[in-house]
Amino acid sequence: MKQKLWAGLAAICLAGALLLAGCGGQGAAKTEPANKDIILSTTTSTRDSGLLDALLPVFEQESGYKVKVIAVGTGQALKMGEQGEADVLLVHAPEAEKKVLATGAAVNRKLVMHNDFVFVGPKNDPSGIAKQPVDSALRNIAQAKETFVSRGDDSGTHKMELALWKKAGLQPEEGWYRSAGAGMGQTLKIADERQGYTLTDRATWLALQKNMTLTILVEGDPSLLNIYHVMEVNSEKFTKVNKAGAQAFSKFLLSSKGQQMIAEFGKDKYGQALFFADGGKTEADLGVK
Amino acid sequence: MTYIGQGLGEAVRLLLQLDPAVLKVAWLTLQVSGLAALISVVLGVPLGCALATRRFRGRGALVSFVNVGMGMPPVVVGLLVSLLLWRYGPLGDWQLLYTPWAMVIAQVLIAAPIVASLSFSAIVSLDERLPLQLLALGASRLQADRLLIKEAKLGLLAAVIAGFGRAVSEVGASMMVGGNLKDETRVLTTATVLEVGKGNYELAISFGLILLVLVYLVVAVLTVLQQAGKRGCS
Repeated sequence: MKQKLWAGLAAICLAGALLLAGCGGQGAAKTEPANKDIILSTTTSTRDSGLLDALLPVFEQESGYKVKVIAVGTGQALKMGEQGEADVLLVHAPEAEKKVLATGAAVNRKLVMHNDFVFVGPKNDPSGIAKQPVDSALRNIAQAKETFVSRGDDSGTHKMELALWKKAGLQPEEGWYRSAGAGMGQTLKIADERQGYTLTDRATWLALQKNMTLTILVEGDPSLLNIYHVMEVNSEKFTKVNKAGAQAFSKFLLSSKGQQMIAEFGKDKYGQALFFADGGKTEADLGVK
Repeated sequence: MTYIGQGLGEAVRLLLQLDPAVLKVAWLTLQVSGLAALISVVLGVPLGCALATRRFRGRGALVSFVNVGMGMPPVVVGLLVSLLLWRYGPLGDWQLLYTPWAMVIAQVLIAAPIVASLSFSAIVSLDERLPLQLLALGASRLQADRLLIKEAKLGLLAAVIAGFGRAVSEVGASMMVGGNLKDETRVLTTATVLEVGKGNYELAISFGLILLVLVYLVVAVLTVLQQAGKRGCS
């Protein structure tokens, strides 16, 4: 009896092992690149909005590469680049990106697309921030001591939010300022449950608003631009980096096909595009100094 | 409330339609955690038996080490495996990070101590005179071990069930070392977290339900084997 029992168990697990081993070798493509795997370190917003789900299958089909998406906060995504643990970065924290470029860890930083950040909050808007400029909106929240939920995860959105507080000359205080330490979706959910205010990128907001009672209160301020750049990790500094793959991915994002897909993305589902394609432009063209 | 209703409806629909994307995730979960459980059993049961029946230097230390392993926070295991498997980490040349194998390694590190510790308890709780009697009757050490394992099989099967349960329910470490890559390292737990992040609660609930069904089926099979074994021996 015992032998049967163990044999049965072993057979189940071994079958699993064999199938698992078989998974590695699938997915033949027209032109087989030498190193097929590309590690793309990016922000949660490109994944949670569904943009990568639309772009990657097309790129993989065309190029034969397999993109491994590690979607984390922009702070961690940049850190992975600085340590040579990723091949290509798609991130949205221009100031922090420039620092990484300066260290020589990444090269070929190119503008891909932008959208904007918006402040969302409860419909009854207890702090009265609706349609205010960003500075006075933040001042009203601080004075009313209404709940503000911060990402608190060193992401691009978090960096942007901290910069906005700083620019308004305000120091958020414990008590009404809550640090979630979570991705955008989770942070929006917390803000919704607590009926607080938060800063979100428009793409994630549009994807999630069906579950929300919050509403957009502040938008359209030039300081709320959310700009995404692609950077290749420097293969001269990190020899294990998949240089050809990183270049191919960057090239695809900026190709007319890639740019058109970005510009169209979301129109069918949300009635408006989630991102504006900016291939070939610079930050100056967007009005950023 | 609406989410729960919709989620249940959606889950049943996905299950009935045998949605290929969902099935793929479920199948991968079974493969990764099944393999991790198997390796944990292969390592853990003999270790538990040895600790229970042999006296050697460092045995006490090893027992406490295994018991600490039972309470090992998975997130620490995830961090440790990540650091080892980083491209520029000590084992970076193996290129295992963000593959199912990395998840198997992490899950084994989490589940094996549990299997070892529960196997140890199962054998220790047998009558302590039994091994002596077996040896006195002329059994060799290995023959005696085999008989002890047979005697303790109910408890050992419980150890196997616990090991599988621990491996399949792991989320933090799996996310960290697997990267939650679609069709590659996305298992039911990490898919659930992802869909919550995307605000797709219906899909998250269906992944959760499928995970429950999967665990139930595996445990049911093991339990049937356990009970069959019990009858066969009495």
